Amino acid sequence: MRDVAIIATAQTKHVRSATTVNEVELIQPVIQEVIERSGVARHDFDFTCSGSSDYLAGQPFSFVMTLDAVGAWPPISESHVEMDGAWALYEAWVKIQTGHADTALVYSYGKSSPGDLPRVLSRMTDPYYEAPLWPTSVDIAALQARAAIQAGVTSEQAMADIAYRSRTSAAANPFAQLTTSAQPLALMDEEYLADPLRRHDCAPVTDGGVAIVLAAGDKARSLCSRPAWIRGIDHRADGHHLNFRDLTTSPSVRIAAEKAGVANGPIEIAELHTCFTHHEPILRSALGLADDVEVNPSGGPLAANPMMAAGLIRMVEVANRIHSGDVSRGVAHATGGHALQHNLIAVLEGEG
Amino acid sequence: MTDTTSSEPAPIEIPEGVWSQPEVDMSAIEEIASVESVRSVRAFASLTYDYTPGLATTRFLRAIKEKRLVGERCSETGKVYVPPRGVSPVSGMPTTEQVDLGLDGTVVSFCVVNLDFTGNAQEIPYVSALILVDGSDIPIYGLVREIPYNEVQPGLRLKSVWVEDSEMTTSFENIKWWAPNGEPDVPASELADYV
Repeated sequence: MRDVAIIATAQTKHVRSATTVNEVELIQPVIQEVIERSGVARHDFDFTCSGSSDYLAGQPFSFVMTLDAVGAWPPISESHVEMDGAWALYEAWVKIQTGHADTALVYSYGKSSPGDLPRVLSRMTDPYYEAPLWPTSVDIAALQARAAIQAGVTSEQAMADIAYRSRTSAAANPFAQLTTSAQPLALMDEEYLADPLRRHDCAPVTDGGVAIVLAAGDKARSLCSRPAWIRGIDHRADGHHLNFRDLTTSPSVRIAAEKAGVANGPIEIAELHTCFTHHEPILRSALGLADDVEVNPSGGPLAANPMMAAGLIRMVEVANRIHSGDVSRGVAHATGGHALQHNLIAVLEGEG
Repeated sequence: MTDTTSSEPAPIEIPEGVWSQPEVDMSAIEEIASVESVRSVRAFASLTYDYTPGLATTRFLRAIKEKRLVGERCSETGKVYVPPRGVSPVSGMPTTEQVDLGLDGTVVSFCVVNLDFTGNAQEIPYVSALILVDGSDIPIYGLVREIPYNEVQPGLRLKSVWVEDSEMTTSFENIKWWAPNGEPDVPASELADYV
């Protein structure tokens, strides 16, 4: 296996609604910033890969328009995933493993504000039995939260604590959207949005984007004083139909964590793609994290949730802390689909 | 959701070869033998979006309401893009300089449409063209009229034909079509970069 590292990162200030800009105007400054930070010339990237969703944009082939921000002329080697950018990173990592690239630019973005996000996300369900009923993402998450509470995996009190901790942690994150929270007991007095979920249990609707640069081996060492090495990366999917799954556990995370080698050393921080508070205890358990592992010091998706970017941002938040020397080893998690259906786990490490 | 089992035509016959796959043998499940198969279902879905044109497109649409065509220049290559999307696709950098373009242009490519597409109000045949607006470096799409279809050719000079001033909105539809402006054709050699 080739050593591959995240050597530069950039992200937007995440907001509820970026109404003045279109998608290419949203992501262009981030791509420009990450290219400048990486030290790789714009036209010297061996591979470019992006993640976004036409369902969010409300138009077909929307990613082609944002390619303008890459400067894809003369033609470049390029790909796109209709998935979170964490999977674009995975594709770029595979490309580098094959020896066809030494450097890669990866970016992803989501403008959820033009549509009704929970309804848009209902289109991910099975087209015959579930989609005609229009179950929203919040409805489905509530089914999972109820099951998790009944199984003793979490409680409404524990979920409120997670919401409070996440949003107050985000006060130190200059890119976060939500950076304050009422005390957990006050949160518990709020009305249900979809019983047992209250508003604070749900990640916000967010517009934003993220970009990273990957480089292999000595190239990474020459461009970055402390690269964030991807020591293990794996992704697994649970079944699509909700009724085929035990929603209170995550076998796909457990297997991906084993393959990525999460347990091969101490984990200092974990950035988890928790779109709802009850995801955290499910993921903690499946990852086998020790009780003292700090989860989502950035605030996580509960503080800023740009669809298609929030997973890749988890890798960025771990990588940034490795770049700065604050952390030596951390785990990043990204998810796609409803109720933690598809999961990617990456272990990042610094050297020395 | 509608079961269209009985009202839809029979499925298209798929030829043998790479596109076909063997029929599934379900003879072991007796109960299925008497069940009429559902060939298709129609599940209606609609989603509403509040589309955001962005900064550059907003500038373009504001101008077109005043019967002006505005492109934006790439600071690295000097190329002028219309309609502008805010970023130069060659340099990847923001376009920041607005450039007033002419209201005339030149055909760089065209096609004669002989199909009566559903919902299309045009009489066939009609001509769709890629038109290089004076002062820009990338052609835009437009309809060519007021000339027999078989006389349109690359290099033909055109003027834009607009809706009445009272009907002007922030829409590309302000230009009804393009028509010959009487100027001599532009030599093909001058259009080589735009085809």
